[in-house]
Amino acid sequence: MLAESLALSAALFTVGVVGVLTRRNAIIIFMCVELMLNAVNLSFVALSTLYGASGQVFVIFVMTVAAAEAAVGLAIIIAIFRHRQSVNLEDVNLLKG
Amino acid sequence: MTQFLDGIGYNGWILPTLLALPLLGALLLFAQGVTQKHTGEAAMRAARTLALWIFLAEAVLSLGLWWSVDVSSLDWQAYVDAAWIPQWGARFTVGVDGVALMLVLLTTILMPLAVLGSWTSIREKVHSYYALLLILTTGMLGVFMALDLVLFYVMWEVMLVPMYLIIGIWGGQRRLYASLKFFLYTMVGSLLMLVAILWLGIAAGQGGTPVFSYDAILAMTRGGVPGQFWLFLAFALAFAVKVPMWPFHTWLPDAHVEAPTAGSVILAAIMLKMGTFGFIRFAVPLFPAVAMHPTVRTVMLVLAVIGIVYGALVALVQPDFKKLVAYSSVSHLGFVMLGIFAMTVESVQGALMVTISHGISTGALFLLIGMIYERRHTRMIEDFGGIAKVMPVFALILTVVAFSSIGVPGTNGFVGEFLVLVGSFPTQPYYALIAATSVIFAAAYLLWAVQRIIYNPLVKPENQALKGMDLNWREIGLLTPLVIGILWLGVYPKPVLHKTEAVAERMVRQAEQARLSSRSLTVGER
Amino acid sequence: MQTELPATGHPLADTVARFVWLLPALPLLGFVLNGILSVRAAATIGPADPSAHDAHGAHGAHADGAHGDHGHGHGHDDGHDAHHPARHPSAALVSIIGPGVLFLTFALALLIFGAMRGAGDAMHVPFVQTLFAWMPTGNLSVDVAFQLDQLSMVMVLIITGVGFLIHLFSVGYMQDDPGYPRYFAYLNLFVFFMLLLVLGASYPLMFVGWEGVGLCSYLLIGFWFSDKANADAGKKAFVVNRIGDFGFLVAMFLMFANFEALSFAGVGAAAAELSVGSVVATAICLFLFLGAVGKSAQIPLFVWLPDAMAGPTPVSALIHAATMVTAGVYLVARSATLFAMAPAAQLTVAVIGALTAVFAATIGLKQWDIKKVLAYSTVSQLGYMFVGVGVGAYTAGVFHLMTHAFFKALLFLGSGSVIYAMHQAYHATHKHEDAQDMRNMGGLKAFMPITAGLMWIATLAIAGIPPFAGFFSKDEILTSVFARTHGSTLADASWLGIPGGVVLYGVYALGLAAALMTAIYMTRMMLYTFHGPNRTGEKERGHLKEAPWIMTGPLLVLGVLSLAGGWFNLPAITGGAIGPSEVLHHWLEPVVGTGTLIVTHGEATHLSHATEYALIGTAILIAVAGIALAAFRLKPAELKPAKDAPAEQGIEKTLLNKWYVDEAYDKAVVRPTVGLSRLVLWKGVDTGLIDGLLVNGSALLMRAFGWLGSQWQTGRVGTYAWALVFGAFLVLSAFTLR
Repeated sequence: MLAESLALSAALFTVGVVGVLTRRNAIIIFMCVELMLNAVNLSFVALSTLYGASGQVFVIFVMTVAAAEAAVGLAIIIAIFRHRQSVNLEDVNLLKG
Repeated sequence: MTQFLDGIGYNGWILPTLLALPLLGALLLFAQGVTQKHTGEAAMRAARTLALWIFLAEAVLSLGLWWSVDVSSLDWQAYVDAAWIPQWGARFTVGVDGVALMLVLLTTILMPLAVLGSWTSIREKVHSYYALLLILTTGMLGVFMALDLVLFYVMWEVMLVPMYLIIGIWGGQRRLYASLKFFLYTMVGSLLMLVAILWLGIAAGQGGTPVFSYDAILAMTRGGVPGQFWLFLAFALAFAVKVPMWPFHTWLPDAHVEAPTAGSVILAAIMLKMGTFGFIRFAVPLFPAVAMHPTVRTVMLVLAVIGIVYGALVALVQPDFKKLVAYSSVSHLGFVMLGIFAMTVESVQGALMVTISHGISTGALFLLIGMIYERRHTRMIEDFGGIAKVMPVFALILTVVAFSSIGVPGTNGFVGEFLVLVGSFPTQPYYALIAATSVIFAAAYLLWAVQRIIYNPLVKPENQALKGMDLNWREIGLLTPLVIGILWLGVYPKPVLHKTEAVAERMVRQAEQARLSSRSLTVGER
Repeated sequence: MQTELPATGHPLADTVARFVWLLPALPLLGFVLNGILSVRAAATIGPADPSAHDAHGAHGAHADGAHGDHGHGHGHDDGHDAHHPARHPSAALVSIIGPGVLFLTFALALLIFGAMRGAGDAMHVPFVQTLFAWMPTGNLSVDVAFQLDQLSMVMVLIITGVGFLIHLFSVGYMQDDPGYPRYFAYLNLFVFFMLLLVLGASYPLMFVGWEGVGLCSYLLIGFWFSDKANADAGKKAFVVNRIGDFGFLVAMFLMFANFEALSFAGVGAAAAELSVGSVVATAICLFLFLGAVGKSAQIPLFVWLPDAMAGPTPVSALIHAATMVTAGVYLVARSATLFAMAPAAQLTVAVIGALTAVFAATIGLKQWDIKKVLAYSTVSQLGYMFVGVGVGAYTAGVFHLMTHAFFKALLFLGSGSVIYAMHQAYHATHKHEDAQDMRNMGGLKAFMPITAGLMWIATLAIAGIPPFAGFFSKDEILTSVFARTHGSTLADASWLGIPGGVVLYGVYALGLAAALMTAIYMTRMMLYTFHGPNRTGEKERGHLKEAPWIMTGPLLVLGVLSLAGGWFNLPAITGGAIGPSEVLHHWLEPVVGTGTLIVTHGEATHLSHATEYALIGTAILIAVAGIALAAFRLKPAELKPAKDAPAEQGIEKTLLNKWYVDEAYDKAVVRPTVGLSRLVLWKGVDTGLIDGLLVNGSALLMRAFGWLGSQWQTGRVGTYAWALVFGAFLVLSAFTLR
């Protein structure tokens, strides 16, 4: 059961990473990041069968942070959209050196 | 006098007091600036009066050192040692010898004159200005007194910041460029010196708490330490920038030109002397074998002589009088370096004499430039001409000071240069010969400038308008001590020479020993 | 002050000579008093806050200037253009102090001279009075000490005596000058330094006087500093002198390095240990001579002296003829023992002296400015003195120095009288002609007979007509040169590969040539100035008159000395028939005798009487020929006033322009130095290389690195994400694939 869970977690994480790297829409990237977080959550839960309950506690933390992150992140995306009428990340390069 | 000073335990408290008083004064000035209700002329007057009183108190207090310090003894005088940062092994150790004594006195005496010199020319942020001057004084005195290398380094940096701010805030047109250049130039050198200091301290601690006491480190390096070539180089670079030796001198003209009058005076008269003092106190005694190594010595002598001739030649063609004086400083300080590395008692004594007399003469020159700048708002030589007719007192004092800077016998300038050259000639005849040509160039550049400023026809209306604007009593009063100093050191320099004789003798003796012993070894300590 | 000085047991210790320190102290006191008077009168103390004053704007300052113009009695320093002949407020006091201190000094000098005469043979050791230690450090000890011996005494008497007369003359000459107290302050200061120069007991102390007189010369040449030419001349004098001073300094370094001594006594003792032809002695002497060349205006550093005539004429008489410029001769005589050990250096001195004598005389032939003629004549005569001391005939050199002080001071002061008269005349008619140009003079003997007569005496003296003073001194020099061609160290030595004897014959020939030209140009000057028709102008003629007695009085005294000065040292060949012979020679024996004896291999000069008569005859013949040639060839009547005169052509133009030496120096030395400094060193090395390339260059390099790094910052989140993943992979693989 552990092996399958970890495999699923790895598959979800990879999907998330590929999504972050290849997509340009901020919302989608954002969702992909959530996917990666949840993949990690899954492996935490799975591994708690081996290492005790602390993994499950950590999941609660991650979910809390993810919720906060979702709030801030979406707010930022909305702010960007208001300024640029786009959520395409190609259009945002203010950090260019 | 000595008995009276002993009676009040003078030597026990004087050095910490001299360091603390300006800091206290700076706090008072800040407080005065914050709490003061009235502004404008009254506030300015209050600030500069307070500052002047503090500087005068400092000067009067320090005068006792002239009698209380026993210069024939080779022990530190007025020695005070206290714990400071025990974890790092840094201690608050101060003390003076004959050389430090003269430089401390030069500083405390020149500072009130510098304040008087910028009496009416500073009109903005007056409180901060004088507070910074006071902090600067602590830094400079600390450099001369510190006998702990960490304390020395801290003081070295303490004086850097106020000067940076003084140039950057109250300076001329290109003040930002000049102040940044000054800061970075000095920093590059001093950071390497910090590394060297830490290295030495850790080595002296032998694995335990580092030891930064000057005496302990001196005892350790006496027989040579591994990597001493690089250590010497780190110290020498920091000091060479400060001196400034050619080719590390280009911060000086910019800093001088942009600094306000008091800044230029302090920069030329005292801060440059930190560099030569560093060589005499640290670089040479700590690493005598490196300093006396033929290659190192040749390099230093060549740079010194280039500085002498080059400074004089470049000064010849400067259109800006302040810049001219700045380049003449490069030339004069070259004499100091020549004297130190020629390494005879006469030449080292001469180097110390140039150190002091350059402080007086160049300080006076910058003060005079400041005075004429206040009246005409220009420093360009070609803007003047014939003003001896309308400002005879100014012309008289400028002539005296110029001839002192040229090194005419009977003035302080001659004694120093003569001793350096006569002392260098037996060991380094060719360098001395080339250096001696600067007596010709010095006369050429200064007399040419003096002629174009105070002689020649009085044709420009702005200059004719100077009639009735001759120096006032404040200005005459502040220049008088300098003129007296010029003549006194020129005619009767013996007391000053006596103060520094023992230190010079010891330094030459030890350097000579190191040279002779390293000749038999292989100086492969690189 | 005196009690703490060691009574050395010297015979002079208890006499009036113990007041020797007063000799320089008195003029110094005069300087201080006159200086205070001059500053007090000139200064108007400025406003308390100069910047606030200026902040009011230019119109305020302008009003101030206008106010000052009719305010206090200061300014108007253009004395030679004196439109305001109002005397200086403290002029009367200055007229007493200035010449007064000189008179006291001269009187004291006479008393000390008397004491020295009284001491007799005991004076073979100089009397040294030490005041205090000046620069004691290490092995060096330089004392402020005065040395009184026969040589310094002669110099002191010349300086104070002639100096006093010139001070007196100045009271008249400068009376209307607004800078009157300043003038006397400078003049007193000059005498102080000059006395320091000759009384100092060591080379460094002598150097104090040496540079001090240069300083005073600078101040006095540029006395009327509002004229650029005058200020230029002062600066040029000082800078050129400094080239010589460089030599003097190096000589002192060499002395200290080799002898560890700088006092005359110490160096003299060390020099006596050397052998003839010693390299050390030669080097020291050549550098010393470089110093002398600068101060005494010899080739190649003579260019400052003619320009120095920009100063007031009494200054030219005192500093640039009688005293300061002879300091170089004094220096060589003072170092007699040292020079005796260096025949090559001595020959150099003699050759340079002879060349200068001829060269300057050629220029003197074509000058129109009366003071310029005298200036080049001075350079030429100084050359003569160097020939004398160069061949080891120190007495002859010093003797010529003395007689020259008399007749050249007389000539300069006489020309001062002439210029004064011309100036007054032009001033009365408000004409702006050159008061010094001889083409504007002519026939002045009718208007100023005393001056004319006295100047003729001086002219005959300088031309070398017996029995005037110059004949004896010049003849002694030429005779000595001739005598040295055989049986002397000089004849044995060689100079640039030429045998010394041959060189000396050449020097002798040059000396004769110079004597001929001297007679010609001096006669020319006298003819153009005092004879023929007057060219000053119709209206001006009525205003020409003899100068007041305060000016002609000193001239009379100098006239007597120029006439009878030869009796100070009559040649031995006169055999005491017309007075005691060789007085000066015996007097100077203790100081320079050793040096002379070494040169002559320890024997007295030996020339047969027949040779000596022949030499004297030649000298007289040449002088007479010169005067006759000038008198017959020159036609003062055909001369035109300066403004109508045609331009010179050919060689005359070259001579008038002084062989273009100034121009050559300007092109070869001054301009290249300034150009090199400005273009190469300052703009090139300083601003370009060090500041531009290294300092700002390193800043630029740092900025370039920063730019390179910033290129990674594309600003695209995608790129960053890729980098993140790539990095994560790297880290992971580093941990797992180990």
